Amino acid sequence: MIKTTNLTKKFGAHVSLDSVNIEFNKNESIALMGANGAGKTTLIRSILGYYHPTSGGVSINGLDPIKERVKVLENISFVPQLPPPIKLSIAELMQYISVSAHVDTELITHYANEMKLDIKANLNKSFFKLSGGMKQKLLIAISLAKKSNIIIYDEPTANLDPKARDDFYRLLKQNEDEKVLLFVTHRLEEVKDLVNRQVYMDLGKIVSDERVGS
Amino acid sequence: MNNLFLIAYLDLKESIRAKWFLVYSLVFGGMIALFFIAGVTESQVMGFSGLSRLLLMYIQVTIVILPIFILITTVRSISGDRDNHILEYMLSFPISLKQYYWGKIIGRFITVYLPVVFAMVVAVVYGFMKGASIPWDIFFLYTGLLFALSSAFLGIAFFVSSFVKSSEVALGIAFFIWIALLAFIDIALISLMMQQRMDEQLIIFIAMANPMEIFRVAAISLFDPELTVMGPVAFYILDLMSQSAFVLLSIAYPVLLGLVFAFFGFKIFKKKDLV
Repeated sequence: MIKTTNLTKKFGAHVSLDSVNIEFNKNESIALMGANGAGKTTLIRSILGYYHPTSGGVSINGLDPIKERVKVLENISFVPQLPPPIKLSIAELMQYISVSAHVDTELITHYANEMKLDIKANLNKSFFKLSGGMKQKLLIAISLAKKSNIIIYDEPTANLDPKARDDFYRLLKQNEDEKVLLFVTHRLEEVKDLVNRQVYMDLGKIVSDERVGS
Repeated sequence: MNNLFLIAYLDLKESIRAKWFLVYSLVFGGMIALFFIAGVTESQVMGFSGLSRLLLMYIQVTIVILPIFILITTVRSISGDRDNHILEYMLSFPISLKQYYWGKIIGRFITVYLPVVFAMVVAVVYGFMKGASIPWDIFFLYTGLLFALSSAFLGIAFFVSSFVKSSEVALGIAFFIWIALLAFIDIALISLMMQQRMDEQLIIFIAMANPMEIFRVAAISLFDPELTVMGPVAFYILDLMSQSAFVLLSIAYPVLLGLVFAFFGFKIFKKKDLV
């Protein structure tokens, strides 16, 4: 599903990704780990088509995420590490997602309820005025409602309390079939039960890639 | 709804709620109110009176403040979203970059253009109620000129926004552009060139390439078709083309300039890393 071939990304003299070759296939749940500056975020952003590779390339289901961004992103859900300060109201944000990605807003509400987030009471509230936990829950609900084949989570549980984390893991378990789940994380113990593959990065390279029982 | 109009619609809604929009609308609306309170319509200067006089004053102030308002509120449009990671999330949905960029421009254009025209409409309606005759030719010319000036500076602002990484730098550049077009080209460069006895046609060409300058000249051309207040410069302009051709040029040129800048901004936006 996701394949990088000799993917190199430089920012000035700094090499953020150094000839990375890796494949992520369906039914894989991957924990992508590494110290700060290891290249995890650069790899994720390259997969999402945000970065133009210095050399090499990325292919998602055989498509280039830069040239075919719309087709590629139809199949990707992404939750960033820190919810951005989007000034749209929740209703407007849901409208944006519903129109652009054809996501059923009822399904977003359903997953939000599962995450114990009452969307209907907050529909007219600006997204950035929600608490950190509420924002994260909404982004998770959107990611699940989108029904993508590839779901990318960058430290998804950073703002969640233990109960919300349990809800999140339960929902992921119900939705992991035939998908690629990619977790960028510093805390393996949090996603240990969910993942069947652990990838470590350092200085822009893949230094370890092992399968584990989930 | 098409993604392009979705982006425009949401940007418009977001802008209307923003504090800068309130200030922006109050400035232009307040200016009209102030003119009425100050009795501008009752005064007569150089033969202009009533609503014509009010519109003339409105447009003269607008020349100075509209560009800087558009620049500082728009120049952070994309760079600000990039700065605070909004772009990273919003562009993770299947929206083409073309739809996102041009949708933002359409939304922002409506946001900056409507209050300035609305203030003029209010002036005309209020003036009509007070029994003043409405100078329709001036009203329509100014509507067109404001459209053109808004287009030019919106295009320039999006161009800057597309390549600047930080919104602080974007603000600095916006301010520099405004000062350069308002003062430097008009006062410093032109005076210097005149002092150096450079070719007058070249000096006038450079002056007219400035969208603020062409706006200024077109604004007075309806009151003063011979452009007598401009002195000998008028000969160069009116020898080259008729007054109506000049008015058309003064609308078409800034619109084209804005489109060209916006287009190059899009090319850069597409070519560069998005976040």
